[in-house]
Amino acid sequence: MFNIDNIRKDFPILSRKVHGKPLVYLDNGATSQTPIQVIDAIVDYYSNYNANIHRGVHTLSQEATDKYEEARHKIQHHFNAKHAHEIIMTSGTTESINLVAHGFASLLKKDDEIIVSALEHHSNIVPWQMLCEKTGAILRVIPMNDSGELVMSAYDNLLSDKTKLVFVNHISNALGTINPIEKIIKKAHQVGAAVLIDGAQACPHVKPDVQALDADFYVASAHKMCGPTGVGMLYGKESWLNKLPPYQGGGEMIAEVTFEKTTYADLPHKFEAGTPNICGGIAFGAAIDYLNSIGFDNIASYEHELLEYASKKLLEIEGLKIYGPKLSHKTSVISFNLEGIHPYDVGTILDKLGIAVRTGHHCAQPIMAYFKIPGTIRASFAFYNTKEEVDILVEGVKKAKMMLS
Amino acid sequence: MNIQDIQNEIIEEFAMFDDWEERYQYMIDLGKTLPKIDEQFKTDDNLIRGCQSKVWVHASMDNNKIDFTADSDAIITKGVIAILIRVFTNQTPKDIMEADTDFIDEIGLKEHLSPTRANGLVSMIKQLKLYAIAYQTQLN
Repeated sequence: MFNIDNIRKDFPILSRKVHGKPLVYLDNGATSQTPIQVIDAIVDYYSNYNANIHRGVHTLSQEATDKYEEARHKIQHHFNAKHAHEIIMTSGTTESINLVAHGFASLLKKDDEIIVSALEHHSNIVPWQMLCEKTGAILRVIPMNDSGELVMSAYDNLLSDKTKLVFVNHISNALGTINPIEKIIKKAHQVGAAVLIDGAQACPHVKPDVQALDADFYVASAHKMCGPTGVGMLYGKESWLNKLPPYQGGGEMIAEVTFEKTTYADLPHKFEAGTPNICGGIAFGAAIDYLNSIGFDNIASYEHELLEYASKKLLEIEGLKIYGPKLSHKTSVISFNLEGIHPYDVGTILDKLGIAVRTGHHCAQPIMAYFKIPGTIRASFAFYNTKEEVDILVEGVKKAKMMLS
Repeated sequence: MNIQDIQNEIIEEFAMFDDWEERYQYMIDLGKTLPKIDEQFKTDDNLIRGCQSKVWVHASMDNNKIDFTADSDAIITKGVIAILIRVFTNQTPKDIMEADTDFIDEIGLKEHLSPTRANGLVSMIKQLKLYAIAYQTQLN
C-alpha cells in the first residue's frame, strides 16, 4: 500500500528547513535522498562488522564479505542478470562507463565507429571522445528532434558493419526522455555491435531487466536510487566481461603474482582492484530492498501523477516553456524556462524559498546548444514528493517571475 | 570617495531592508540599471570562468584610476557585479589590491561568497583584483 505520509517519515532530511522554510527537494535527478533503512545499514556496518573483505580469516571479515556479496546478489536479482559475477561494483556510473571505454581501447581499430546519442550527459560523451582519440575510431551521433527525442531513422542510417559499440542513456537526465532502448539494442545487434545503456536516470523510476533487454552492458549509480554516493554498478554479459582487459591493477584483481607474470582473478574480481567501497555496496543493497518494498509500479504511477499535475500547473504560468517530449514519453523531470529570464536567477530565488532545483546545462551542453539556451531550470520528482510541494514550486516560480521581470 | 566609504554607504543602504526579498529586489534593480558595457568588450577574453551565468568585465585606466564596466546574462549576477563595480571603479590599482571585501558579509550576501557557489562572486572579485595587479605593474 502506497502511503505518502509513511514514506516521507522514512526520510529524515525531508523535515529540515532551508532559509527558515520547509525544504522542498526537487533535485532528485542529481541525487536522491536517503531513507532511514539505508542510513541504518551504514551505521550497522561501521558499528558491527567493519572489516576488509575477501581476505581475512577472522569473523568480522567473513561477515563483511558475506554482506557485500549478498548486496551483489541483490543487485543481480534486481536487474535480472544471469550471474552474480556479471555485476561489477564500481564507484558509480561514470567509472562504469570508463571501465568499458578502457576495455574497448584494445578491441577497436582505426575507422571503427562508436554511436552515441545527442541526449547524452557529458560523462557519456567525453570517455568515447578520448577512446576515439586513442584508437582512431570515429564517433557518430544520433540526432534529436525538437521534442527532445532521438531520430530513429537517422540511427538506422548510422548503423553499419563498422559500428562496434552503441552507447545511449535509458532516460535523459536533462529532459527525462525515455529512449527506445529495446529497438536500439536490437538494431545494433543486427550489425554485430555491442550496446552499453546508461541507466543512471532510469533506475530510480523503472526496474530494468537486462536479459529481456539483451543489453551487453548496463550501468547505474546508487546515489540516484536512495543509496549512498560513491558506489554504482556495471552489468556486463559474461562473454563481454571476459573479453575486456582489467581496468586497474591492484590487490583483489589478481590470481597469482610473480615478477615475471600476473594472472588475473576471475569475474567479477578482475575488475575490482583494491579495497572497494564495502559499506557503500552493502548500503546499495539496502537501497534496492527499500525501493522494491515501495514497488516500482507504485513509484511509476505516483510519479506520473505528480508529473501531470506539475506540468499542468506550471504551464498555466505565462511565458513558461517546458522542454522535452510529451508526458507519456518521459519520467518525472520538468526542464523549463521563463521567457526572457536566466534560469540561474530563478534557481536563486527558489533556493531562498527553500526549494531545491537544478539550474544550468545539466552536463548536457549539446542539448542546450540545440535549443539555443544557456540552460534550464530542472525540477525532478521522486516518489516522496507531494502535490503540496508542487504547489509551493509553482508559487515560487510565480514569485521569481514577478521579482525578475 | 574612498573604497571604505563606499562600502560603508552600501552597508547602510542594505541595513534598511527587512528581509531577503527586499535585498534581492534591490540587487535586481541594481542589475537593471548597471550602465551597459560596450558590446565590443563582451569577448571570451573578458569572460569570467566558473560562473553558471556569463559575466564579462572590462577594465581601462585613466589618470592612474581604473574604470570597470561589466555585464551578465543573469540579472542577480548583474546586481552583484554592479555592487562590486560601485566599490572598485575610479580607484587606484593599489587601493583595489589592498581592499578587503568583508562588506559582502555585512550586506547579507555571504552565501554568494562560497568559492564553490556557481555564481562565482569569488571569481569576480579575483578578476577585478587581477586587473588592479596588472595595472599596478604597468605603473611600476
